Amino acid sequence: MAKRQGRFVLKLENKPRIIASAAVVGPKEGQGPHSADFDHCHTDDYVGQESWEMAESVIHKDAIQRAIEKAGLTPLDIDMVFAGDLLDQEIASTLGLRELNIPYVGLFGACSTMALGLGLASLMADTSAANYAIASTSSHFCSAEKQFRYPLAYGAQRSPTAQRTVTGAGAAVISSNGQKGTPYVDSILLGRIRDLGIKDAANMGAAMAPAAATTIIDFMHDTGTTADDYDLILTGDLGMVGTTLLRELMATRENMDISKVHNDCGIMIFDMEKQDVHAGASGCGCSAAILCSYILSELKKGNLKNVLFVGTGALMSPTLNQQGETIPSIAHAVLIRND
Amino acid sequence: MASKNNQNQDKAYLEMTEKASPNSPIVKNCIKVFLIGGLICAFGELLFYLYGKCGFDEETVKSLVPTTIIAITAILTGVGLFDDIAKHAGAGTLVPITGFANSVVSPAMEFQTEGRILGTGAKMFAIAGPVIVYGCGTATLYGVIYFICSLF
Repeated sequence: MAKRQGRFVLKLENKPRIIASAAVVGPKEGQGPHSADFDHCHTDDYVGQESWEMAESVIHKDAIQRAIEKAGLTPLDIDMVFAGDLLDQEIASTLGLRELNIPYVGLFGACSTMALGLGLASLMADTSAANYAIASTSSHFCSAEKQFRYPLAYGAQRSPTAQRTVTGAGAAVISSNGQKGTPYVDSILLGRIRDLGIKDAANMGAAMAPAAATTIIDFMHDTGTTADDYDLILTGDLGMVGTTLLRELMATRENMDISKVHNDCGIMIFDMEKQDVHAGASGCGCSAAILCSYILSELKKGNLKNVLFVGTGALMSPTLNQQGETIPSIAHAVLIRND
Repeated sequence: MASKNNQNQDKAYLEMTEKASPNSPIVKNCIKVFLIGGLICAFGELLFYLYGKCGFDEETVKSLVPTTIIAITAILTGVGLFDDIAKHAGAGTLVPITGFANSVVSPAMEFQTEGRILGTGAKMFAIAGPVIVYGCGTATLYGVIYFICSLF
């Protein structure tokens, strides 16, 4: 059963295991360095649908179905799903899950949603409230541009600090009694909202870095660990600017150099030099796609043994941003191990 | 409007962010803006000359030139080429009438999925709207000043 460790960490003593995962991405992501790791790379942004929103929901559903299939289960076996995306009213998740008939919890944590969902699904599996629970998220470059920025065909220049929303989805199936040798969720930490006064919606990495720093520091304090105790501290998705700032914050606040063990999904998913993505990638689908493909596969193989996955989200509202409000951010941590 | 509710503004962090955030390459951008913007204007001049040669009177030519450029922009926006050019051109395509045409056509296309009335119709001027509002406002003000001056 989950036990509180220190002030913020929840230790999951029954080792809920991530028995299967799947990632489905769009065309640009399919040209990136991790294309071979994804379960499927679409070549058409519309995925055969008539709107960007429907396209995203199809990708979301596809990731979930593939994960269920890989786990050797059917949707009927799944006790609950924690899903989220960036669109208003979580429509990509809702439409994606409409026909699957699984008890559904819609989450909003912006780009941190995968970590939040994974944490909650693991908690449910740990307490045996669920035999099988799913965490899934999605985002789509075009639906996000349409909702948060400009129409696609509008000729705007992007700031060098801007991050590109990933077209993609990831889903993970967590089991209360998975086999030994599969990665398990050791502990989770639900983040606190941080806002150091960043207003620039084209610099989300800067808005999120303090939340990531706070969550990582809280996690290390409660567990008595340092950067050396992890194979990988994986943030998602701070991009280039946020990564620089996080490392600086860790150095100034804790006198700790995390650069040797730290990587960021927003930098990993694209080729930063060739793919013209400015400061990197973002979106709920970014960390989900990287985690549910490459990272979990490396954990399964034993190449990685303990990964502190820190999902970071800029809880940005265009309305409040126009009212001159700053951008509140959050980061949730999930420690995934395999030993 | 300043952020009234947020007491968390951390000056040290904002300075840190300033340092970590790369600036836009201003010199390179300005050169591209100058060349592409200039090219569009030169093209306008060429059209002006050609339409004149075709025997249209000057008033008609003054309508034909912008109409032609708007039509070309609309087509380039429609086939998805305009944003690729504007990515490099910046203000070079934004300031001439090309920018205005693109700002009307692009949301009209984007919101087609929400229908002709609430989608295309309602959202068509979402970007160009402020330009029209303040453009008409400024024109009216200018007209009043012009009228007052003409009295003396």
